[in-house]
Amino acid sequence: MDEIRSGISEVQCDVLVMGGGTAGPMAAIRAKQKNPSASVILVEKANVKRSGAISMGMDGLNNTVIPGYATPEQYTKEITIANDGIVDQAAVYKYAQNCFSMIQELDRFGIRFQKNQNGDYDVKKVHHIGTYVLPMPNGGTVKKALYRQLRREHVLISNRFMATRLLTGRDGRVAGAICVNTRTAEFLVIRAKAVILCMGAAGRLGLPTSGYLFGTYENAANSGDGYAMAYHAGAGLANLECYQINPLIKDYNGPSCAYVAGPFGGYTANNEGRRFIECDYWSGQMMQEFYNELQSGKGPVFLKLNHLAPETISEIERVLHNVERPTRGRFHASRHTDYRQAMIEMHVSEIGFCSGHSASGVYVDEFARTTVAGLYAAGDMASVPHNYMLGAFTNGAFAAEDAIKFVADVGFADYDAAAVTAEQERVLAPTRREDGIPPNQIEYKARRLVNDYLQPPKVTRKMELGQQRLAEVREDARTSMYVRDSHELMRGLEVQSILDCADMAAAASLYRTESRWGLYHNRVEYPGMDDENWFCHSILTKGADGKPTLRKQPVKPYVIAIEEHERDAYYRQRIHASEAAE
Amino acid sequence: MPLANTSTSVPVVVDESKCIAEKGCTVCVDVCPLDVLRISELTGKAYMKYDECWYCMPCETDCPTGAVTVNIPYLLK
Repeated sequence: MDEIRSGISEVQCDVLVMGGGTAGPMAAIRAKQKNPSASVILVEKANVKRSGAISMGMDGLNNTVIPGYATPEQYTKEITIANDGIVDQAAVYKYAQNCFSMIQELDRFGIRFQKNQNGDYDVKKVHHIGTYVLPMPNGGTVKKALYRQLRREHVLISNRFMATRLLTGRDGRVAGAICVNTRTAEFLVIRAKAVILCMGAAGRLGLPTSGYLFGTYENAANSGDGYAMAYHAGAGLANLECYQINPLIKDYNGPSCAYVAGPFGGYTANNEGRRFIECDYWSGQMMQEFYNELQSGKGPVFLKLNHLAPETISEIERVLHNVERPTRGRFHASRHTDYRQAMIEMHVSEIGFCSGHSASGVYVDEFARTTVAGLYAAGDMASVPHNYMLGAFTNGAFAAEDAIKFVADVGFADYDAAAVTAEQERVLAPTRREDGIPPNQIEYKARRLVNDYLQPPKVTRKMELGQQRLAEVREDARTSMYVRDSHELMRGLEVQSILDCADMAAAASLYRTESRWGLYHNRVEYPGMDDENWFCHSILTKGADGKPTLRKQPVKPYVIAIEEHERDAYYRQRIHASEAAE
Repeated sequence: MPLANTSTSVPVVVDESKCIAEKGCTVCVDVCPLDVLRISELTGKAYMKYDECWYCMPCETDCPTGAVTVNIPYLLK
């Protein structure tokens, strides 16, 4: 079981989709819908039946643009403001114009959304300005519905294959990918005319306060492999200094308040039981206020529900303890905490990359194209801000639509066979030692260093020390990592993705010498935004020396104008003492 | 440096009297996103081989006989 075998095989397809979570299945389905004769392979390191961020389901759509509640123009404006203006609006606007038809398609798949007595979608207001949240109290069916569609469209599914590197042709175009089987360590080379990366967040970057490596907010399988693969293939990554950090139930690390409890009247409170932020919608500015309160004499921060009627709390529990993270009720039971009795302690999560709630990722345009020809990215790892689940579906579909057109006109790119040999050597090195350091120790150390040196508030000297120490760990991983079976080999490969992401986080954070996005990029020595020098994207690529290199890229002219007086709507988050007392 | 065998208590528990893995069932093993469950060659029953749990629950929810229970890992309990 899990023994390490040798072997390599090669297959080919028109469109290769990497990652069977949310965006990936939708990309594969849409590619087949657009061209049923195209060959489409979906690769997943676990099993597509239950893989990815929405493994158990999803309790709501956080960013719908439904006629009668919101307009694409208003949504684009709000997302631009929430991201301090650093947004290429075309991708956000296109999402906003198309996400309603995606909801209708998901509805036809059998995924259930909350409707009112008239049968209309029952949208709630959580954001600062607009109304976009559509609850899914029965959202446990998402993965099953997707799987049915994958079977129906005859998508070829390769479970238990972990992609490790992309192959590129001599002209720089994508040529396919190298994968390794997580149960046997056998290799699979997949030649493809187009590749769509849907490999999720970098959720195993920081270490949770519990110290448990897998106690992350994101599905712990999402170790940032997609960011690392895109980086090594030469793609640009945007604004990685804009981390994701979430307000969560302390230690459980599950979502807490805004989208589920908020519409019922729950809110975030300080130790006096008072509100201190106007709006619980997750933004960097809101996170900064949360962090300030946490550190203050009014900390820690709590989820307050105990003012609500018992039947309201039961309804909230029915959602929070059943749909998305159903072990949450067990956590509260073992802690003897009950929403009815007292406020529940909250904390901030570890750092990660995830455009799902934040903004950074592999740079993509409104067609989900990366900067490498034939390579696409969608979902939590692509740079479209505040994607959430609906963004993953919609942008995954956009990627497939463009990829199907792209593959109609091109053949397979030729790749260098030496690249495959070199990758086999890199992957298998930890299997060829007699003893050494196991992946879990290397991972713990790397992620502890991320916490010590890279999480905000960000200090230059600390981040430089972090880079030095992480380089030592990287060297240990390269020369001394030791794995005993193919499962540990998967973990060892994930550690290398984590180290790549940590390097990228440090380099990007050092590059932008201003503070922006609230807590996400709070540079202590450079307080405040510096629009004159930094109203731009930072684009990270792999330099000639093999290390991250950065450049500025202008923000594209806005499609939807933002008025001067609208720009600071997300800065006025703090409730002042006099208002809170009322 | 040689390795030690440090023990760790695992959060996923399988009731062997209910588990039907010896009849060919591998549902819990298949659906785990972290791929941490295996069928024991010794007992023919499912068990948690690697302490790498996201306590997400597909193993428990999808088990056809109700043999699997997911507990909160001790470190964060």
